[in-house]
Amino acid sequence: MSTIPKGPRPKHLTVGRIGLYCFIIMCALFFLMPLYVMIITSLKDMDEIRAANILNLPKELSFYAWPKAWSQACTGFVCEGLKPGFVNSVKITVPSVIVSVALSALNGYALAFWRFRGAYFFFGLCMFGAFIPYQVMVYPLLKIEDFLGIYSSLPGIILVHTIFGMPILTLIFRNFYASLPIDLFKAARIDGGNFIKIFFYVIIPMSTPITIVAVILQVTGIWNDFLLGLVFAGRDNQPMTVQLNNIVQVDYGVAEYNVDMSATILTSLVPLFVYFISGRWFVRGIAAGAIKG
Amino acid sequence: MVCAWNSSWGNKGVSMKNSVEVKNISFSYGKTEILNDLSLDIKEGEFMVLLGPSGCGKTTLLNCIAGLLDLTDGQIWIEDDNVTWKEPKDRHIGMVFQSYALYPSMTVEKNLSFGLRMMGTAKDLINEKIKKAANLLQINELLKRKPSQLSGGQRQRVAIGRALVRDAKVFLFDEPLSNLDAKLRAELRYEIKKLHRDLSNTMIYVTHDQIEAMTLADRISVMKDGLIQQLDTPKQIYNKPANLFVAGFIGSPSMNFLNAKFKKSNQNIIVGNKQIDISKYENINKLINDQEVVFGIRPENINIEKNENSIQCKVELVEPMGADTLVWTSFEGNPISIRLEGSSNFNLNDEISISFDINKSSIFDSKSEERI
Repeated sequence: MSTIPKGPRPKHLTVGRIGLYCFIIMCALFFLMPLYVMIITSLKDMDEIRAANILNLPKELSFYAWPKAWSQACTGFVCEGLKPGFVNSVKITVPSVIVSVALSALNGYALAFWRFRGAYFFFGLCMFGAFIPYQVMVYPLLKIEDFLGIYSSLPGIILVHTIFGMPILTLIFRNFYASLPIDLFKAARIDGGNFIKIFFYVIIPMSTPITIVAVILQVTGIWNDFLLGLVFAGRDNQPMTVQLNNIVQVDYGVAEYNVDMSATILTSLVPLFVYFISGRWFVRGIAAGAIKG
Repeated sequence: MVCAWNSSWGNKGVSMKNSVEVKNISFSYGKTEILNDLSLDIKEGEFMVLLGPSGCGKTTLLNCIAGLLDLTDGQIWIEDDNVTWKEPKDRHIGMVFQSYALYPSMTVEKNLSFGLRMMGTAKDLINEKIKKAANLLQINELLKRKPSQLSGGQRQRVAIGRALVRDAKVFLFDEPLSNLDAKLRAELRYEIKKLHRDLSNTMIYVTHDQIEAMTLADRISVMKDGLIQQLDTPKQIYNKPANLFVAGFIGSPSMNFLNAKFKKSNQNIIVGNKQIDISKYENINKLINDQEVVFGIRPENINIEKNENSIQCKVELVEPMGADTLVWTSFEGNPISIRLEGSSNFNLNDEISISFDINKSSIFDSKSEERI
C-alpha cells in the first residue's frame, strides 16, 4: 500500500543509522571504560584489588581510600594527602587565568581594532609563539626568573602560566573581535570613546562567549599542568598534579591502587566540573569564532 | 564645475557659509589609491548626497570626513576648524551606519546616552535630550529594550537618535537605508527628509540608490573611481547629466543611448539608416560636422503621437509598473524603452510611431563621453 506524500516526511530507521548508533555507543563505552575502572577500584579494599578482577564491581564498598587520598596519603616525606596541593593549584590557577585572559583580551582588541604599525608582524609573532613547544623555553625562562628573583615562588609560576597562555589566547580574542562588525567600533569612536573606554564599555560586554572559552582553556590547561608546576612553583607551592605524581610514584612500601585512583579522580574533578557546567558555552564560543572568523 | 543656485533650494537653513570643506584630499590603502586630490565644499544646512556605484570611494570619503580614516594628503575643515588631525569625537559629527551599529549589550536608552555619558554630561541633561530625541523619532516605547528586540526600522531610528542627542553639527549617513525592505526604506527616507527640514543641520549622505539621492538631496555629488563626476542639484543632474556615466547611472529605467553621427548641413544626426532632426538642441552650435556622438533620451521624453518626424516601430515588450507602463521597442537595432501612462494598452507587435523631445535630450561626445 502506498501513501500519498503529505506533511512531514516519515522517519525510517535505516541500517546505516543503526550502524552509526552502534559505533557511537561503542566509542562512548571505550572512553568510559577507564573511568569505570578508576571509580570501582577506588571503592574496593586492597585485598579485593589484589584478587585482580579489574572489571568486577566491588563486593563490599569501602570508602576509606578517598579521605586518605585527600588528607593522609604521603607525598614524599609529608603525609597530608592532596589537600595542600589543591590549595596550591587554586592559588596558581585563579590569578594566572585572570591575568592571562584579561591581558589577552586587551591584546586581541588592540590587534583587531587599532591597526597600529606592525600589527601584522605582531600577529605573526603570536602565531609563532602559540606553536612553539614550551619545553624549549623552560631553561631560558628559568634563568630569567632566577635573575629576577622570582624563581620557585608563586608569582614566578603565575608569570610563567601567563606568558605561555597569552599567544594562543590573544589569537582567539583577536579572531573573535575581528568577527564583530567594525561599524560598532567606529560608532563608539564617534561617540567619544577612547582606547580604554571602548574596551570596557563596548567590547567587554560583548565578549562573554569568547571569555568563557578562554577561561575553560586556561583553567584546564593550568590545572592539568605538571612540568611547569614542577619546575617553577618551588617546594612550597607544588600544584595538585605534582603531588598526585608523588603519591602514585612510590619507590617503597605498598602501592595502594584504590588511593591512587581516588587521588587521580580528585585531581581531575576541577577540569571535569568546568567542562560540565560550560560545555554549552564552549561549543557556542568556538562556533562563533569559527563561522565568522 | 558649474554650481547652480536656483529656487529649488527650499530649505531655510542653507546659507552661503561652508559647513564642511574637503580640501585636496588623497587616500590610499597601501598602494591602492581610492581618492586622489578630491575637493568638496558643503554649505551650512545643506543636504549633500554622495552617490555612486560600490567601490567609487564615497564611503571612504565619508569615513575621511568622520576621521575614521587617516588622510594620505589634504585637509578636512568642519565649521571653520581644521579637524584633519582631530579624533572623530572632537569633530562635532554624528554618524549613522548601514549596519545600525547599535551596542548590543545596552538598552536603547543606554545606546542613546552613550556619547553623552562618555563626555561626562549631567544626568538631567542627558535625560532631557533623550526624551527630545525619542519624541522626535517616536521611539519612546522602545527605550528599555535591547537592540536585538527591535526591528530593522526601529534599530535605524535609534541609530539616528544616537546621532541626534549628541547635538552634532554635521550628520553623516553611510547607506542608512540599504538594509531595510522597500516599504520601510521609503518611510524612513521621508522621515530623514523631515528631520532635515526641522533641524536644518548639515547632512552628508552616502548611497548607491539614486531614488534616495534624488528625493533627499539639495545637491548630489555623483562619484566614480574616486572622482566627482558631477556636483549639482538633483534636477540638473537628471536633466543635464555632465557625462555618459552620470546619464546612465541616474534614472530608472535608465536613459536610452543611440550611437550617431552629426551632419552639420541639415542639423541631423544619423543613426543607422534613420535621421533625427536635432536643430532644437540647446548646444547645437558646439557640434562639428561628422562628429561621432551618443544621443541620450530618457524614456519619458519619447512621444508616441504621430507627426511629420515620427518613426514607425514595433512593440517588443511591455512592462506595466502601475503608475507607468514601460514599452520596449527597437530603433535601428538598439533597444529603446518608452515610459507611458499606466492606463495605456499595448500588445506585442503593435505598430507605434515615436518621436524624440530634443529639448530634453542629451548629446555626448563619443570619445570624451562629455555632454555637449
